[in-house]
Amino acid sequence: MKREIPIVITLVAGLFMLIAFFVPHPQVRNLYEDMQNWAIVVVGCTYVLGVANLLRINLRQVSRRERDWPFKLVLIAGLLVTMAVGFSEWTHYTDVDSRFQWIYGTFYSPMTATMFSLLAFFIASAAFRAFRIRSVEAMLLAIAAFILMLGRVPLGAAIHPAIPAAADWLMEIPQNAAKRGILIGAALGVMATGIRVILGLEKTYGGGDGA
Amino acid sequence: MSPDSLRRLDRRWIFLAVALLVILPLLFNFHIAPVQPSNRARGFYDAIEKIPEGSVVLLAGDYDPGTAAENYPMHLAAARQLMRRNMKIIAMALYPAGPPLTDQVLRIAAREYHKRESVDYVNLGYKVGNELVMSQMGQSIPKTFPVDNRGVPVGQIPIMKGIQNFQQIRLLVNISAGYPGTKEWVQQVVSRFHLPMVAGVTAVSAPEYYPYLQAGQLHGLLGGMAGAAEYEVLVGAPALATRGMDAQSLAHAFIAFMIVLGNLAFLPKGKGKGKGTS
Repeated sequence: MKREIPIVITLVAGLFMLIAFFVPHPQVRNLYEDMQNWAIVVVGCTYVLGVANLLRINLRQVSRRERDWPFKLVLIAGLLVTMAVGFSEWTHYTDVDSRFQWIYGTFYSPMTATMFSLLAFFIASAAFRAFRIRSVEAMLLAIAAFILMLGRVPLGAAIHPAIPAAADWLMEIPQNAAKRGILIGAALGVMATGIRVILGLEKTYGGGDGA
Repeated sequence: MSPDSLRRLDRRWIFLAVALLVILPLLFNFHIAPVQPSNRARGFYDAIEKIPEGSVVLLAGDYDPGTAAENYPMHLAAARQLMRRNMKIIAMALYPAGPPLTDQVLRIAAREYHKRESVDYVNLGYKVGNELVMSQMGQSIPKTFPVDNRGVPVGQIPIMKGIQNFQQIRLLVNISAGYPGTKEWVQQVVSRFHLPMVAGVTAVSAPEYYPYLQAGQLHGLLGGMAGAAEYEVLVGAPALATRGMDAQSLAHAFIAFMIVLGNLAFLPKGKGKGKGTS
């Protein structure tokens, strides 16, 4: 029963959501909306679960003085202080001059932006060390990369007007064809997985080994 | 410099070069070349120009400070164009750290165009649930967002009067960093509720949305900082992205140069070294 009950709930809920999508009857729509609301509540609860799990794992690592434990301590302190400040300001945490916004603007915003900015340095280093042109395919990839990198910035047009036009052609014809194929393939995969979940054939979501 | 010494090149020199190529153009505007708007950016701009003044527009800022360098300039430019055309803006976010950025762009644009919060624009804030939120908004926006970002009930917000679902909205402007974002809005809202949509996305994710653009499901697309710069030119307010174009031009050229240099440095000394790719 431990396995069967979740499968039956999934089957009933999945089939209902599928059918309700096409049925405009008010009672069906109301239940459809209610079920979506339940799902939003469940997703919200996973955030709480995530915070609890993050705290549990990091507190354990700090208490055991595991590798990089001071960083984990900073993480825990940052999390708790931000939460405490946010809760203490209640609905005013969104005010421009609130302490919560100060933490957001002074710590969170520059730190996350810095992580993203590091990509530029790593890409330049990787371009030097890892991008080897040793085959026709690699040569084609390199040519496409050159055209796109230059064609996407004003420098490309300054060198020659054909460069942005070539970049557009690459993006709109070969890239688009490949991307469309991937999207259609992925969509079919999602549909197949959805049907397997509804029919109880996909067991990984229930903690099993999968079929 | 011999290939051997190139092979031993300390990567910190590469990091230093990238830093200088990015910082110097930002400090001293070089104006390497003028920004030429693409058809994709023009489509974005025209979609907003075509709808009647005073229409209600949904501005979804689905990003956080991690991608602000690319998304923030296009978000601000969109807010400026919408307010210049006296649109009623309903803003929201599906990223937890997104609402303060939305607040910021709305405040800046509102100051420039003398618009009032709750009357001309509202920030409904963040709602957990990703695609479910989009789908729920199709049934009822007030039920999905019972209060705005400041905790004011939507029933007390003048701009929300008469707003039930997507039927009262003329255009969806999505600024997206990934998931949940443009793809999900197209799948959940454009396909089901036939709401016209334009999107501004990060450069790395832009190729993913070309099929939607070609199919007409997106009326315009801004890709990365370059797309934002093109749009800023169209809006007539060159700002952050336009200033960043010199830095990005030089950084791109440097990366291309690094690929060439790397291949020269690591040229195989004889045949039969095996086949490699990138």
